[in-house]
Order: sequence, then structure tokens, then C-alpha cells
Amino acid sequence: MSRTPLLKVTELSKNFRGVQALYRVSFHVEKGELVGVIGPNGSGKTTLVNTITGFVKPNRGEVVYDDKDITGWKPQKVIRLGIARTFQMVKPFYKLPAYKNMIVPLYSPRLKKELGGRYGDLNEIALDCLEDVGFERDSFVAYKTASVLPQGYLKRLELAKAMVLRPDLIILDELFSGLSLAEVASIVPIIEKLRYAGIAIIMIEHRLKELFRIADRVMVLNYGRKIADGMAKEVMESREVKKAYLGTEAE
Amino acid sequence: MTLRKERIDRGIKVRSDDIFIVRSWREMIYFTAPRLLPIVLLFALVLITNEYWQRVLVQAAVFALLGMSWDLLANCGLISLGQALFFGVGAYISGSFNFYFGWSPLVTIPLATVLGGLLAALVLVPVFRLRGIYFSMVTLVLPLMMERIIEATAILGGTEGLTGLSSLPASWVELCIIFIPLWVCLFLLRRLIDSNYGVVIRAISDNDQSVINAGISLNLYKAQVVIIAGAIGAFCGAFMTHVYQFVGMPVFALDYSILPIASVIVGGAGNFAGAILGAYILVPLSELLRGIGGLRIVLYAIFLMVFVVALPEGIFHFLQRKYSQFERLVEVDK
Repeated sequence: MSRTPLLKVTELSKNFRGVQALYRVSFHVEKGELVGVIGPNGSGKTTLVNTITGFVKPNRGEVVYDDKDITGWKPQKVIRLGIARTFQMVKPFYKLPAYKNMIVPLYSPRLKKELGGRYGDLNEIALDCLEDVGFERDSFVAYKTASVLPQGYLKRLELAKAMVLRPDLIILDELFSGLSLAEVASIVPIIEKLRYAGIAIIMIEHRLKELFRIADRVMVLNYGRKIADGMAKEVMESREVKKAYLGTEAE
Repeated sequence: MTLRKERIDRGIKVRSDDIFIVRSWREMIYFTAPRLLPIVLLFALVLITNEYWQRVLVQAAVFALLGMSWDLLANCGLISLGQALFFGVGAYISGSFNFYFGWSPLVTIPLATVLGGLLAALVLVPVFRLRGIYFSMVTLVLPLMMERIIEATAILGGTEGLTGLSSLPASWVELCIIFIPLWVCLFLLRRLIDSNYGVVIRAISDNDQSVINAGISLNLYKAQVVIIAGAIGAFCGAFMTHVYQFVGMPVFALDYSILPIASVIVGGAGNFAGAILGAYILVPLSELLRGIGGLRIVLYAIFLMVFVVALPEGIFHFLQRKYSQFERLVEVDK
């Protein structure tokens, strides 16, 4: 069966006033695949996410999602198509309680289109979604204002806000950074559940150990260029990757 | 023995903000009194006061409405310094239709409300992408610009303004036209801001990137909010035009931009009721101080400053806290 990939990125380039953040990056994501993106700091990982979702316009190249050319689309339109993302720096609504944070994605035009009409009592749905990502109902964390929540909960909230949009592709930008090992261990099953539901995932990550355990494929970026793509094991043995990570030619 | 103050929520306040459990008449009164009392009080005041003070109460209602319009924009993260733009546009639309076509105020006021809201959105659409102080600067400049345009081109009466406009049919009609919308606006806006739609609006002021990330178009929401706020402001302008039977350049004056903000700051921001409370303190106060003469503005400014320092949360939030919680002194455990 010949099938087109869910997301196909071709020769994507982005230049920030002389800094080449991305240079001719091409890759694709199949339906239901979990692709990891790794690379040293400043290698263009977040720029890649921003250009795919439309927060940043690329200089060259094209992004095709589900047979639609979405290059240069406005972010809200891209997200309505079914790509959801989380931010590396969490962006909750600090003044609102956690469950009210969920109202915003629940009020999205995407869900109205998907489910038709009104979506019932959004507060209850919001609480259910938060429980799924580990806001324990008994301790009433979901009612706390987001500004008082610890980082672990904010990351979960960020994940829940993306999940609730019922995306076909979800891009997680360094979801594990700043979390303890125990917290990471409690989030991994949520991601695996998403994967079993057939949702394609792009994970940008610095926690290589956790990533390699769940990723189907890993892509390595360095100075905006893709230097490797393949199974986790082969990628890490590649010379260029070692050079990028260790700085010198490893023996 | 050291004592400390303990605050306890009264029984009726439950965890959710929109569900109340009323079990007795006492609780019913507790629940309805703060909502009905201001309405009854203002109604009684209007009935017993003379014409001069009635005019002051009407003026305060206008500033309260402008304050609510400002508060709605502020909820959406649009800090406007130019409520005078909405006010003036409404005033000129209704004044012109009355002056040139002779339409009755009962037609021109609703017309100016609708057109003013749309026009405000149209003017502000290009600057929706601006945030914070940049948006404020643009809104501050726009009414001043309108004033100069009218002065320079001498359109719509130029510096003279349009005089001899029709007045409202009777003084009771005048009072109805301002006080009914005042309470209706308060009720609807408070409902709006607590609804899911209102949550999205408040979320925009909190973090707009995250709202985009939910697939929601910011400009659409900002436009809707500006239309509502603009319509409220334009209504005030149209109404005052027919009260004064005159429209001229003063409708773009800074008073109409700053006094509503002062009302909201004194009354308490984010809940619309604060705007009414603030306006009904500041406007009559300004009238009472009129006897003093030259030092009036100084005293007024000192009052404002002392107030903002002493009670930065605003009167409404303070009263609400006192009303929904009771305090008692308890011994501190060693």
C-alpha cells in the first residue's frame, strides 16, 4: 500500500537575520509514528516546531500535512487542521484556575467542527481531561489557580491542553525538561496511550534515555541541519552525531 | 496570649462560582440583597432628588457605562486610554443624523450605538496586533486626531459644533434610556465574562500565544469585544448629545477617557460592578467639591491618590470579601 506520510517537510529553511536556524531540513512523519528530535542547544529544534505550526514563517521549503500544503499558514488554521503542540516554556493562563485553562482549547473551533454543536458541560469535561494527565481529583489541584501550581503540574496542563484538541499529530517541545525522574515516569504512560490511540507524535527532547525507550525513529539536528535520521541505536553511533554532542571527533 | 484574625467563608458560598445552594429565606435575602439594593437605592435617589442632582446621577451613569466598556476591553488585555473615541463617535453619529435628516433621538441613539460599535472595531482592527502600552498609545491619540480633523476640515459643524438638536421627549424617558441600559449592561457583561466565551477573553489577556495554540483566532475575538465596548461607549455619546442638545469637539475630551478608568480603579476592576460603584463615588464627589473653587481638582486628585494607595483592590472587591467571609479573633497555638 503506497501511502503518503501524515506530515512531510521538504527543504525547510529559516534565517533569522543572518543566523541560519534551519537549513534544508527534510523529514516525514507517518500516521501513528513517534519521532524523536534531538540536538544540542540552539540547533533549531524549537524553530522547526514553530515553522511547522505557523508561529514562524519559513524562508524556503514546504510543509505538507495530510496532502495539504500548509506552508506559511496562520497558526490557528494549522491547529484547526489537527496539529497540536506544547510550548517548551509552559504557557498556561496564570490568572485562571487549572480547569478553566482547559476551557480555552475546549472552546476551539476545531472541536466544534469535530463534534458538532455544543460540547456539553465544558467544566466537567475539563476536570475529566485533567484527571487523565494526573490532576488527582481528591486533592482539588484542578481548582487551584495556575500561578500557584508547581512546574510538574504546569507541564501536565500543557500536555492536556494539546491532547484535548483531539489532534492527529501532536508536537511535544521538551515536555520532560525540568521534571524529576518520578514525574517523567508518570507522564510516559500518557504518551504511550496517545500512541496506541494512533496519534502521531514528534517529541523534542534532551532526556535521551526516556526518549529512546519510546521513540520509533530519531532525528538529529545540529546548527539547523539534519545530520542523522533513523533508529535510535544507529543514530547515536553515527560519527557526526558524536561530533555534535561531544564537540570533537570521538575515537 | 496572641490573637490572630481568622477568615471563614459563609456557608452559602460553595466551591463552584456559579452554583448557589439556597435553603432558607434568610439565605435568599443574603444572596439577593447585594444585587437588588443598589438598583432600589439608585431608583429612590432619582425619585427624591431635584433636577440638578438628577443630572449628576445621569452623568455618573454615563461614566459608569464608559467604565464598564473600558473594563471589558481590559479583561481582553486591551488597555484603552481612548474611551472618548467611542463616546465622540457615537455623539457625532447621532447628532449628525438628527441635525441633517431630522431623525428622532429614539432612532438615532440605537443607530449610533450599532454604527459606533462597528466603526470603533473598523478603526482599531489594524492595531489589534499591538499589545500593552502600544495599543494604549494608539487609543490615546485617536480621539485627539478626530478632534483636529473636525477642527481643520470644518465638517460636521467644525469648531462650532451642531446646535439645536432635538431633546428627548420627556425627562422620565431620559432617565429610563440611561438607567435601564446601565443595569442591563451590568447583568449581561457579568454573565458574559463568566461564560466560556468570557474565559477565552480573559485568557487572551493572560497569554495570547496559548489561545492561538487552541486554534482560536485572536482578531475575531478582539473585534467582537471592541464592537461590544464600542457600542456601549457610542450609546453614552449618543445619549449625552440629546441631553445637551449639542454635539461639538468637547466630546473627544480627555475627561471621557480618564474618568471611566478612575472609576474602575476606585471601584475595582474585572467585575463591571466596580465601574458603577466608582462612578457613583467620583462624579458626585466632584460636584460636591465644586463649592471650594480653585482647589477642587487638587482635593479630588489627593482623594484619588489616597484611595488607590489605601485600597488598591477597589471598593467592590473589599466589600465582596467582607460580605462573603466573616472574621474573628482566635488564639494562636504555641
